[in-house]
Amino acid sequence: MDHQLLSLYQHRDSPIHRLPATVKLIGALVFVFVVVLLPLSAWRAYALGAAALLLIAAFARLPARVLARKLLWVEPFALGIALLALLQHNGIRVFAAMLARSTLCLLCMVLLSSTTRFTDLLQALGRARVPSLLVTTLALMHRYVFLLHDEMGRMRRARRSRTFTDGRLWVWRSGAGVIAHLFLRSLEHAERIYAAMCARGWKT
Amino acid sequence: MHIPDGFIDAKTATTTGALAAAGLGLALLRVRRCLPPRRVPLLGLTAAFLFTAQMLNFPVAGGTSGHLLGGVLAAVLLGPSGAVVVMSAVVILQCFMFADGGVTALGANLLNMALVAPGVGYVVYAVVRRSAGGGPRGQLLAVAFASWCSPVAAALACTGELAWSGTVAWAVGFPAMAGLHMLIGLGEALLTTLVIATILRVRPELLLEGAAADLPSNRRRLLAQGLLLALGLVVFLTPFACSWPDGLETVAAVLGFAHRAAGTPVAPSPFPDYAVPGIGSAVLSTIVAGCVGTVAAFVFAYLLARFLTPTGFARAKSA
Repeated sequence: MDHQLLSLYQHRDSPIHRLPATVKLIGALVFVFVVVLLPLSAWRAYALGAAALLLIAAFARLPARVLARKLLWVEPFALGIALLALLQHNGIRVFAAMLARSTLCLLCMVLLSSTTRFTDLLQALGRARVPSLLVTTLALMHRYVFLLHDEMGRMRRARRSRTFTDGRLWVWRSGAGVIAHLFLRSLEHAERIYAAMCARGWKT
Repeated sequence: MHIPDGFIDAKTATTTGALAAAGLGLALLRVRRCLPPRRVPLLGLTAAFLFTAQMLNFPVAGGTSGHLLGGVLAAVLLGPSGAVVVMSAVVILQCFMFADGGVTALGANLLNMALVAPGVGYVVYAVVRRSAGGGPRGQLLAVAFASWCSPVAAALACTGELAWSGTVAWAVGFPAMAGLHMLIGLGEALLTTLVIATILRVRPELLLEGAAADLPSNRRRLLAQGLLLALGLVVFLTPFACSWPDGLETVAAVLGFAHRAAGTPVAPSPFPDYAVPGIGSAVLSTIVAGCVGTVAAFVFAYLLARFLTPTGFARAKSA
Protein backbone atom coordinates (compact mmCIF):
# COMPACT_ATOMS: atom_id res chain seq x y z
CA MET A 1 0.00 0.00 0.00
CA ASP A 2 1.89 3.05 -1.12
CA HIS A 3 1.45 5.79 1.38
CA GLN A 4 1.26 8.49 -1.26
CA LEU A 5 -2.30 7.33 -1.63
CA LEU A 6 -2.97 7.95 2.05
CA SER A 7 -2.57 11.67 2.26
CA LEU A 8 -3.22 12.56 -1.36
CA TYR A 9 -5.42 15.62 -1.91
CA GLN A 10 -5.95 16.30 1.77
CA HIS A 11 -4.05 19.53 1.54
CA ARG A 12 -5.83 21.02 -1.44
CA ASP A 13 -8.02 24.04 -1.16
CA SER A 14 -11.72 23.97 -2.00
CA PRO A 15 -14.97 24.92 -0.27
CA ILE A 16 -15.27 21.31 0.90
CA HIS A 17 -11.72 21.21 2.25
CA ARG A 18 -12.34 24.41 4.18
CA LEU A 19 -15.40 23.09 6.04
CA PRO A 20 -14.71 22.28 9.71
CA ALA A 21 -13.77 18.66 10.31
CA THR A 22 -16.60 18.17 12.82
CA VAL A 23 -19.19 19.16 10.21
CA LYS A 24 -17.75 16.78 7.63
CA LEU A 25 -17.44 13.95 10.13
CA ILE A 26 -21.03 14.30 11.31
CA GLY A 27 -22.23 14.70 7.72
CA ALA A 28 -20.46 11.54 6.63
CA LEU A 29 -21.78 9.59 9.63
CA VAL A 30 -25.35 10.75 8.98
CA PHE A 31 -25.07 9.85 5.29
CA VAL A 32 -23.74 6.37 6.04
CA PHE A 33 -26.36 5.67 8.70
CA VAL A 34 -29.19 6.78 6.39
CA VAL A 35 -27.90 4.60 3.56
CA VAL A 36 -27.62 1.60 5.83
CA LEU A 37 -31.12 2.06 7.20
CA LEU A 38 -32.70 2.31 3.73
CA PRO A 39 -34.73 -0.72 2.63
CA LEU A 40 -32.86 -3.20 0.46
CA SER A 41 -34.47 -2.27 -2.86
CA ALA A 42 -34.53 1.52 -2.55
CA TRP A 43 -32.71 1.92 -5.84
CA ARG A 44 -33.93 5.48 -6.45
CA ALA A 45 -32.53 6.61 -3.10
CA TYR A 46 -29.20 4.92 -3.88
CA ALA A 47 -28.99 6.82 -7.16
CA LEU A 48 -29.81 10.08 -5.38
CA GLY A 49 -27.07 9.44 -2.81
CA ALA A 50 -24.54 8.62 -5.51
CA ALA A 51 -25.41 11.84 -7.36
CA ALA A 52 -24.96 13.87 -4.17
CA LEU A 53 -21.56 12.29 -3.46
CA LEU A 54 -20.34 12.86 -7.03
CA LEU A 55 -21.45 16.49 -6.78
CA ILE A 56 -19.42 16.91 -3.59
CA ALA A 57 -16.43 15.26 -5.26
CA ALA A 58 -16.72 17.74 -8.13
CA PHE A 59 -16.92 20.65 -5.68
CA ALA A 60 -13.83 19.38 -3.88
CA ARG A 61 -12.08 19.19 -7.25
CA LEU A 62 -10.94 15.62 -6.67
CA PRO A 63 -9.81 13.82 -9.83
CA ALA A 64 -12.15 10.96 -10.71
CA ARG A 65 -9.25 8.61 -11.43
CA VAL A 66 -7.83 8.92 -7.92
CA LEU A 67 -11.25 8.40 -6.36
CA ALA A 68 -11.79 5.32 -8.49
CA ARG A 69 -8.38 3.98 -7.52
CA LYS A 70 -9.01 4.47 -3.82
CA LEU A 71 -12.41 2.84 -4.19
CA LEU A 72 -10.91 -0.13 -6.01
CA TRP A 73 -8.47 -0.64 -3.13
CA VAL A 74 -11.27 -1.32 -0.66
CA GLU A 75 -14.00 -2.73 -2.88
CA PRO A 76 -12.64 -6.34 -2.88
CA PHE A 77 -13.31 -6.66 0.86
CA ALA A 78 -16.95 -5.75 0.37
CA LEU A 79 -17.15 -8.03 -2.65
CA GLY A 80 -15.78 -10.95 -0.63
CA ILE A 81 -18.50 -10.78 1.98
CA ALA A 82 -21.20 -10.02 -0.58
CA LEU A 83 -20.18 -13.20 -2.42
CA LEU A 84 -21.11 -15.18 0.69
CA ALA A 85 -24.61 -13.71 0.41
CA LEU A 86 -24.71 -14.96 -3.16
CA LEU A 87 -24.38 -18.54 -1.91
CA GLN A 88 -27.89 -18.59 -0.46
CA HIS A 89 -31.10 -18.77 -2.46
CA ASN A 90 -32.50 -15.45 -3.61
CA GLY A 91 -28.97 -14.16 -3.18
CA ILE A 92 -28.63 -12.08 -6.35
CA ARG A 93 -31.00 -9.36 -5.16
CA VAL A 94 -29.35 -9.20 -1.75
CA PHE A 95 -25.94 -9.26 -3.41
CA ALA A 96 -26.69 -6.32 -5.72
CA ALA A 97 -28.25 -4.23 -2.97
CA MET A 98 -25.38 -4.96 -0.57
CA LEU A 99 -22.84 -4.00 -3.18
CA ALA A 100 -24.64 -0.75 -4.05
CA ARG A 101 -24.97 0.23 -0.39
CA SER A 102 -21.44 -0.58 0.60
CA THR A 103 -20.05 1.19 -2.46
CA LEU A 104 -21.99 4.33 -1.54
CA CYS A 105 -20.68 4.23 2.01
CA LEU A 106 -17.14 3.53 0.83
CA LEU A 107 -17.28 6.49 -1.56
CA CYS A 108 -18.52 8.68 1.28
CA MET A 109 -15.63 7.65 3.55
CA VAL A 110 -13.10 8.04 0.73
CA LEU A 111 -14.41 11.58 0.19
CA LEU A 112 -14.11 12.32 3.90
CA SER A 113 -10.56 11.02 4.11
CA SER A 114 -9.45 12.86 0.96
CA THR A 115 -10.81 16.23 2.03
CA THR A 116 -9.96 16.16 5.74
CA ARG A 117 -6.61 15.90 7.46
CA PHE A 118 -6.41 13.11 9.99
CA THR A 119 -5.13 15.50 12.67
CA ASP A 120 -8.24 17.66 12.20
CA LEU A 121 -10.42 14.55 12.54
CA LEU A 122 -8.57 13.65 15.73
CA GLN A 123 -9.18 17.10 17.15
CA ALA A 124 -12.87 16.68 16.37
CA LEU A 125 -12.79 13.32 18.18
CA GLY A 126 -11.06 14.90 21.16
CA ARG A 127 -13.72 17.58 21.34
CA ALA A 128 -16.36 14.84 21.25
CA ARG A 129 -14.77 13.61 24.51
CA VAL A 130 -13.27 10.41 23.17
CA PRO A 131 -10.82 9.28 25.92
CA SER A 132 -7.56 11.18 25.58
CA LEU A 133 -5.44 8.04 25.83
CA LEU A 134 -7.09 6.69 22.69
CA VAL A 135 -6.69 10.00 20.85
CA THR A 136 -3.01 10.19 21.85
CA THR A 137 -2.48 6.64 20.65
CA LEU A 138 -4.18 7.37 17.33
CA ALA A 139 -2.20 10.58 16.84
CA LEU A 140 1.15 8.91 17.59
CA MET A 141 0.21 6.00 15.39
CA HIS A 142 -0.71 8.20 12.45
CA ARG A 143 2.51 10.17 12.88
CA TYR A 144 4.77 7.13 13.02
CA VAL A 145 3.13 4.85 10.45
CA PHE A 146 4.94 6.65 7.64
CA LEU A 147 8.26 6.59 9.45
CA LEU A 148 8.04 2.89 10.28
CA HIS A 149 6.87 2.12 6.77
CA ASP A 150 10.00 3.72 5.34
CA GLU A 151 12.10 1.95 7.94
CA MET A 152 10.60 -1.38 6.97
CA GLY A 153 11.36 -0.63 3.33
CA ARG A 154 15.01 0.05 4.18
CA MET A 155 15.29 -3.14 6.23
CA ARG A 156 13.80 -5.24 3.46
CA ARG A 157 16.08 -3.70 0.88
CA ALA A 158 19.10 -4.36 3.08
CA ARG A 159 17.99 -7.94 3.56
CA ARG A 160 17.38 -8.51 -0.13
CA SER A 161 20.70 -7.05 -1.16
CA ARG A 162 22.51 -9.51 1.10
CA THR A 163 20.70 -12.76 0.28
CA PHE A 164 20.52 -14.64 -2.96
CA THR A 165 17.95 -17.30 -2.16
CA ASP A 166 14.34 -16.87 -3.07
CA GLY A 167 12.80 -19.88 -1.33
CA ARG A 168 9.38 -19.48 0.22
CA LEU A 169 10.48 -20.59 3.66
CA TRP A 170 13.30 -18.10 3.52
CA VAL A 171 10.90 -15.29 2.60
CA TRP A 172 8.80 -16.12 5.67
CA ARG A 173 11.80 -16.36 7.97
CA SER A 174 13.38 -13.13 6.83
CA GLY A 175 10.03 -11.33 6.75
CA ALA A 176 9.38 -12.38 10.33
CA GLY A 177 12.85 -11.13 11.22
CA VAL A 178 12.03 -7.77 9.66
CA ILE A 179 8.82 -7.59 11.70
CA ALA A 180 10.58 -8.51 14.94
CA HIS A 181 13.29 -5.92 14.44
CA LEU A 182 10.71 -3.36 13.45
CA PHE A 183 9.09 -3.91 16.83
CA LEU A 184 12.40 -3.51 18.64
CA ARG A 185 13.02 -0.28 16.77
CA SER A 186 9.57 1.06 17.61
CA LEU A 187 10.36 0.24 21.24
CA GLU A 188 13.42 2.47 21.01
CA HIS A 189 11.42 5.18 19.26
CA ALA A 190 8.85 5.02 22.06
CA GLU A 191 11.51 5.49 24.71
CA ARG A 192 12.98 8.51 22.93
CA ILE A 193 9.50 9.97 22.40
CA TYR A 194 8.73 9.62 26.09
CA ALA A 195 11.93 11.42 27.02
CA ALA A 196 11.09 14.18 24.54
CA MET A 197 7.52 14.43 25.83
CA CYS A 198 8.72 14.74 29.43
CA ALA A 199 11.27 17.35 28.43
CA ARG A 200 8.38 19.39 27.07
CA GLY A 201 6.29 19.12 30.21
CA TRP A 202 3.88 16.34 29.25
CA LYS A 203 1.73 14.83 31.99
CA THR A 204 -0.84 12.04 31.83
CA MET B 1 -12.64 -9.83 7.74
CA HIS B 2 -13.43 -6.11 7.80
CA ILE B 3 -17.20 -5.87 7.56
CA PRO B 4 -18.20 -2.99 5.23
CA ASP B 5 -21.20 -0.73 5.67
CA GLY B 6 -24.54 -2.16 4.71
CA PHE B 7 -23.90 -5.72 5.81
CA ILE B 8 -25.01 -5.28 9.40
CA ASP B 9 -28.50 -4.27 10.47
CA ALA B 10 -29.43 -1.74 13.13
CA LYS B 11 -29.85 -4.14 16.07
CA THR B 12 -26.52 -5.86 15.44
CA ALA B 13 -24.74 -2.54 14.90
CA THR B 14 -26.10 -1.13 18.15
CA THR B 15 -25.36 -4.24 20.20
CA THR B 16 -21.84 -4.72 18.88
CA GLY B 17 -21.21 -0.98 19.16
CA ALA B 18 -22.20 -1.01 22.82
CA LEU B 19 -20.14 -4.14 23.52
CA ALA B 20 -17.10 -2.73 21.74
CA ALA B 21 -17.39 0.61 23.53
CA ALA B 22 -17.68 -1.14 26.91
CA GLY B 23 -14.73 -3.43 26.19
CA LEU B 24 -12.54 -0.65 24.88
CA GLY B 25 -13.50 1.61 27.79
CA LEU B 26 -12.59 -1.11 30.27
CA ALA B 27 -9.28 -1.73 28.53
CA LEU B 28 -8.49 2.02 28.53
CA LEU B 29 -9.27 2.20 32.24
CA ARG B 30 -7.06 -0.79 33.00
CA VAL B 31 -4.22 0.57 30.86
CA ARG B 32 -4.50 3.95 32.56
CA ARG B 33 -4.30 2.30 35.96
CA CYS B 34 -1.63 -0.33 35.32
CA LEU B 35 0.61 0.94 32.56
CA PRO B 36 3.52 3.06 33.78
CA PRO B 37 3.43 6.47 32.06
CA ARG B 38 6.82 5.62 30.57
CA ARG B 39 5.10 3.14 28.29
CA VAL B 40 2.21 5.30 27.08
CA PRO B 41 3.97 6.27 23.82
CA LEU B 42 4.63 2.58 23.30
CA LEU B 43 0.90 2.09 22.64
CA GLY B 44 0.94 4.49 19.71
CA LEU B 45 4.19 3.08 18.39
CA THR B 46 3.00 -0.52 18.67
CA ALA B 47 -0.17 0.44 16.82
CA ALA B 48 1.91 2.02 14.07
CA PHE B 49 4.15 -1.05 14.09
CA LEU B 50 1.23 -3.47 13.70
CA PHE B 51 -0.29 -1.35 10.95
CA THR B 52 3.03 -1.37 9.11
CA ALA B 53 3.63 -5.07 9.71
CA GLN B 54 0.22 -5.82 8.20
CA MET B 55 1.43 -4.27 4.94
CA LEU B 56 4.19 -6.84 4.58
CA ASN B 57 2.90 -9.57 2.29
CA PHE B 58 3.94 -13.20 2.48
CA PRO B 59 3.56 -15.57 -0.45
CA VAL B 60 1.08 -18.41 0.00
CA ALA B 61 0.30 -21.13 -2.52
CA GLY B 62 -1.02 -20.25 -5.94
CA GLY B 63 -0.11 -16.60 -6.29
CA THR B 64 -2.11 -15.49 -3.27
CA SER B 65 -0.46 -13.78 -0.35
CA GLY B 66 -1.30 -13.16 3.26
CA HIS B 67 -0.18 -10.89 6.03
CA LEU B 68 0.15 -10.78 9.79
CA LEU B 69 -2.97 -9.94 11.80
CA GLY B 70 -1.13 -9.40 15.06
CA GLY B 71 -3.77 -9.92 17.75
CA VAL B 72 -1.73 -12.45 19.72
CA LEU B 73 1.55 -10.67 18.98
CA ALA B 74 0.16 -7.51 20.57
CA ALA B 75 -1.30 -9.43 23.51
CA VAL B 76 1.97 -11.21 24.25
CA LEU B 77 4.03 -8.03 23.96
CA LEU B 78 1.72 -5.60 25.78
CA GLY B 79 -0.69 -7.70 27.82
CA PRO B 80 -4.40 -8.07 27.04
CA SER B 81 -5.69 -4.57 27.78
CA GLY B 82 -2.81 -2.87 26.00
CA ALA B 83 -3.44 -5.13 23.02
CA VAL B 84 -7.12 -4.17 22.96
CA VAL B 85 -6.25 -0.45 22.86
CA VAL B 86 -3.62 -0.94 20.18
CA MET B 87 -5.76 -3.15 17.95
CA SER B 88 -8.65 -0.67 18.34
CA ALA B 89 -6.41 2.14 17.14
CA VAL B 90 -5.45 0.06 14.11
CA VAL B 91 -9.07 -0.75 13.26
CA ILE B 92 -10.19 2.87 13.73
CA LEU B 93 -7.41 4.21 11.51
CA GLN B 94 -8.25 1.65 8.84
CA CYS B 95 -11.88 2.69 9.00
CA PHE B 96 -11.35 6.44 8.71
CA MET B 97 -8.29 6.65 6.49
CA PHE B 98 -8.67 3.69 4.16
CA ALA B 99 -12.44 3.22 4.33
CA ASP B 100 -11.47 -0.36 5.21
CA GLY B 101 -14.38 -1.59 7.30
CA GLY B 102 -17.60 0.39 7.53
CA VAL B 103 -18.48 3.14 9.99
CA THR B 104 -21.74 1.52 11.02
CA ALA B 105 -19.87 -1.77 11.30
CA LEU B 106 -17.07 -0.17 13.32
CA GLY B 107 -18.50 -1.61 16.52
CA ALA B 108 -18.64 -5.08 15.02
CA ASN B 109 -15.16 -4.81 13.55
CA LEU B 110 -13.75 -3.55 16.84
CA LEU B 111 -15.46 -6.40 18.65
CA ASN B 112 -14.04 -9.03 16.26
CA MET B 113 -10.55 -7.77 15.63
CA ALA B 114 -9.74 -5.63 18.66
CA LEU B 115 -11.54 -7.50 21.45
CA VAL B 116 -12.21 -11.11 20.45
CA ALA B 117 -8.97 -11.68 18.52
CA PRO B 118 -6.50 -10.52 21.18
CA GLY B 119 -8.81 -11.54 24.06
CA VAL B 120 -9.34 -15.15 23.01
CA GLY B 121 -5.72 -15.30 21.89
CA TYR B 122 -4.50 -14.13 25.28
CA VAL B 123 -6.70 -16.53 27.24
CA VAL B 124 -5.53 -19.51 25.16
CA TYR B 125 -1.94 -18.28 25.47
CA ALA B 126 -2.16 -17.98 29.24
CA VAL B 127 -3.83 -21.38 29.69
CA VAL B 128 -1.45 -23.29 27.43
CA ARG B 129 1.57 -21.53 28.82
CA ARG B 130 0.64 -22.42 32.37
CA SER B 131 0.53 -26.14 31.53
CA ALA B 132 3.32 -26.22 28.99
CA GLY B 133 5.88 -24.70 31.29
CA GLY B 134 7.33 -21.24 31.22
CA GLY B 135 10.50 -21.95 29.26
CA PRO B 136 10.96 -20.61 25.76
CA ARG B 137 9.61 -23.78 24.18
CA GLY B 138 6.43 -23.71 26.24
CA GLN B 139 6.00 -20.07 25.48
CA LEU B 140 6.38 -20.63 21.75
CA LEU B 141 3.90 -23.52 21.87
CA ALA B 142 1.41 -21.24 23.63
CA VAL B 143 2.05 -18.43 21.15
CA ALA B 144 1.64 -20.72 18.15
CA PHE B 145 -1.61 -22.32 19.30
CA ALA B 146 -3.08 -19.04 20.53
CA SER B 147 -2.34 -17.30 17.24
CA TRP B 148 -4.12 -20.08 15.41
CA CYS B 149 -7.17 -19.78 17.67
CA SER B 150 -7.38 -16.00 17.50
CA PRO B 151 -8.33 -15.49 13.81
CA VAL B 152 -10.70 -18.47 13.95
CA ALA B 153 -12.50 -16.96 16.95
CA ALA B 154 -12.68 -13.56 15.26
CA ALA B 155 -14.07 -15.13 12.09
CA LEU B 156 -16.71 -16.97 14.09
CA ALA B 157 -17.74 -13.73 15.79
CA CYS B 158 -17.89 -12.06 12.37
CA THR B 159 -20.07 -14.84 10.95
CA GLY B 160 -22.33 -14.68 13.97
CA GLU B 161 -22.88 -10.95 13.44
CA LEU B 162 -23.59 -11.40 9.74
CA ALA B 163 -26.01 -14.21 10.49
CA TRP B 164 -27.76 -12.20 13.19
CA SER B 165 -28.23 -9.40 10.67
CA GLY B 166 -29.72 -11.86 8.21
CA THR B 167 -27.06 -11.13 5.60
CA VAL B 168 -25.47 -14.54 5.39
CA ALA B 169 -27.15 -17.63 6.78
CA TRP B 170 -25.19 -19.21 9.63
CA ALA B 171 -25.41 -22.63 7.96
CA VAL B 172 -23.73 -21.17 4.85
CA GLY B 173 -21.31 -18.76 6.44
CA PHE B 174 -20.05 -20.90 9.32
CA PRO B 175 -18.29 -23.67 7.37
CA ALA B 176 -16.93 -21.21 4.79
CA MET B 177 -15.55 -18.69 7.26
CA ALA B 178 -14.34 -21.25 9.83
CA GLY B 179 -12.61 -23.36 7.19
CA LEU B 180 -10.92 -20.39 5.55
CA HIS B 181 -9.69 -18.95 8.82
CA MET B 182 -8.43 -22.28 10.08
CA LEU B 183 -6.06 -22.15 7.12
CA ILE B 184 -5.27 -18.48 7.64
CA GLY B 185 -4.60 -19.31 11.28
CA LEU B 186 -1.78 -21.67 10.27
CA GLY B 187 0.02 -18.82 8.51
CA GLU B 188 -0.65 -16.51 11.43
CA ALA B 189 0.73 -19.12 13.85
CA LEU B 190 3.88 -19.60 11.80
CA LEU B 191 4.48 -15.88 11.46
CA THR B 192 3.76 -14.94 15.07
CA THR B 193 5.95 -17.78 16.33
CA LEU B 194 8.80 -16.73 14.06
CA VAL B 195 8.53 -13.13 15.25
CA ILE B 196 8.37 -14.07 18.94
CA ALA B 197 11.26 -16.53 18.50
CA THR B 198 13.38 -13.75 17.00
CA ILE B 199 12.53 -11.39 19.84
CA LEU B 200 13.33 -14.19 22.32
CA ARG B 201 16.72 -14.58 20.73
CA VAL B 202 17.54 -10.87 20.56
CA ARG B 203 15.85 -9.33 23.60
CA PRO B 204 14.66 -12.20 25.82
CA GLU B 205 14.13 -9.91 28.81
CA LEU B 206 11.17 -8.31 27.03
CA LEU B 207 9.22 -11.56 27.09
CA LEU B 208 10.35 -13.48 30.15
CA GLU B 209 9.75 -10.91 32.84
CA GLY B 210 6.52 -12.59 33.98
CA ALA B 211 6.44 -14.89 37.00
CA ALA B 212 5.51 -17.81 34.74
CA ALA B 213 9.13 -18.23 33.70
CA ASP B 214 9.84 -20.97 36.23
CA LEU B 215 6.71 -23.04 35.85
CA PRO B 216 7.44 -26.73 35.35
CA SER B 217 6.17 -28.41 32.22
CA ASN B 218 3.23 -30.73 32.72
CA ARG B 219 2.48 -32.79 29.66
CA ARG B 220 -0.36 -34.83 31.04
CA ARG B 221 -2.20 -31.74 32.17
CA LEU B 222 -1.63 -30.14 28.78
CA LEU B 223 -3.07 -33.15 26.99
CA ALA B 224 -6.08 -33.20 29.32
CA GLN B 225 -6.69 -29.52 28.74
CA GLY B 226 -6.42 -29.93 24.98
CA LEU B 227 -8.99 -32.72 25.02
CA LEU B 228 -11.22 -30.67 27.29
CA LEU B 229 -10.97 -27.73 24.92
CA ALA B 230 -11.89 -29.84 21.88
CA LEU B 231 -14.78 -31.40 23.78
CA GLY B 232 -15.91 -27.98 24.96
CA LEU B 233 -15.90 -26.73 21.39
CA VAL B 234 -18.15 -29.63 20.36
CA VAL B 235 -20.54 -29.13 23.26
CA PHE B 236 -20.63 -25.42 22.70
CA LEU B 237 -20.98 -25.46 18.93
CA THR B 238 -23.45 -28.31 18.46
CA PRO B 239 -26.57 -26.59 19.82
CA PHE B 240 -25.26 -23.35 18.36
CA ALA B 241 -24.99 -24.78 14.87
CA CYS B 242 -28.26 -26.70 15.05
CA SER B 243 -30.61 -24.16 16.49
CA TRP B 244 -29.20 -20.94 15.14
CA PRO B 245 -32.55 -19.28 14.44
CA ASP B 246 -31.71 -17.10 11.47
CA GLY B 247 -29.86 -19.74 9.53
CA LEU B 248 -32.58 -22.34 9.91
CA GLU B 249 -35.36 -19.85 9.36
CA THR B 250 -33.74 -18.57 6.20
CA VAL B 251 -33.26 -22.03 4.83
CA ALA B 252 -36.82 -22.95 5.79
CA ALA B 253 -38.23 -19.82 4.21
CA VAL B 254 -36.24 -20.30 1.05
CA LEU B 255 -37.18 -23.96 0.75
CA GLY B 256 -40.86 -23.29 1.36
CA PHE B 257 -40.82 -20.38 -1.02
CA ALA B 258 -39.05 -22.38 -3.69
CA HIS B 259 -41.66 -25.11 -3.48
CA ARG B 260 -44.55 -22.75 -3.84
CA ALA B 261 -42.96 -20.69 -6.57
CA ALA B 262 -42.17 -23.73 -8.64
CA GLY B 263 -45.80 -24.74 -8.49
CA THR B 264 -44.94 -28.26 -7.50
CA PRO B 265 -47.44 -29.96 -5.19
CA VAL B 266 -46.42 -28.93 -1.72
CA ALA B 267 -45.91 -31.91 0.52
CA PRO B 268 -47.69 -31.64 3.86
CA SER B 269 -44.38 -31.07 5.57
CA PRO B 270 -41.49 -30.89 3.16
CA PHE B 271 -39.05 -29.57 5.70
CA PRO B 272 -38.58 -32.50 8.10
CA ASP B 273 -38.52 -34.93 5.19
CA TYR B 274 -35.12 -34.12 3.85
CA ALA B 275 -33.89 -30.72 4.91
CA VAL B 276 -33.22 -31.44 8.56
CA PRO B 277 -31.33 -34.71 8.01
CA GLY B 278 -29.28 -32.87 5.40
CA ILE B 279 -28.47 -30.03 7.72
CA GLY B 280 -27.91 -32.42 10.60
CA SER B 281 -25.22 -34.36 8.79
CA ALA B 282 -23.68 -31.14 7.48
CA VAL B 283 -23.51 -29.82 11.02
CA LEU B 284 -22.02 -33.07 12.28
CA SER B 285 -19.38 -33.16 9.58
CA THR B 286 -18.59 -29.50 10.22
CA ILE B 287 -18.04 -30.22 13.89
CA VAL B 288 -15.90 -33.28 13.20
CA ALA B 289 -13.85 -31.25 10.73
CA GLY B 290 -13.50 -28.53 13.33
CA CYS B 291 -12.22 -30.94 15.97
CA VAL B 292 -9.78 -32.61 13.58
CA GLY B 293 -8.59 -29.16 12.50
CA THR B 294 -8.07 -28.07 16.11
CA VAL B 295 -6.04 -31.15 16.95
CA ALA B 296 -4.00 -30.75 13.76
CA ALA B 297 -3.35 -27.12 14.62
CA PHE B 298 -2.14 -28.11 18.05
CA VAL B 299 0.26 -30.63 16.56
CA PHE B 300 1.43 -27.94 14.14
CA ALA B 301 1.97 -25.55 17.04
CA TYR B 302 3.94 -28.22 18.91
CA LEU B 303 6.18 -28.82 15.90
CA LEU B 304 6.70 -25.08 15.43
CA ALA B 305 7.71 -24.69 19.06
CA ARG B 306 10.03 -27.67 18.80
CA PHE B 307 11.88 -26.46 15.76
CA LEU B 308 11.87 -22.72 16.31
CA THR B 309 13.03 -22.54 19.93
CA PRO B 310 16.33 -20.67 19.98
CA THR B 311 18.62 -23.54 21.03
CA GLY B 312 21.50 -21.64 22.58
CA PHE B 313 19.09 -19.72 24.71
CA ALA B 314 17.27 -22.83 25.91
CA ARG B 315 20.52 -24.46 27.01
CA ALA B 316 21.75 -21.36 28.78
CA LYS B 317 18.45 -21.09 30.62
CA SER B 318 18.44 -24.67 31.88
CA ALA B 319 22.12 -24.66 32.85
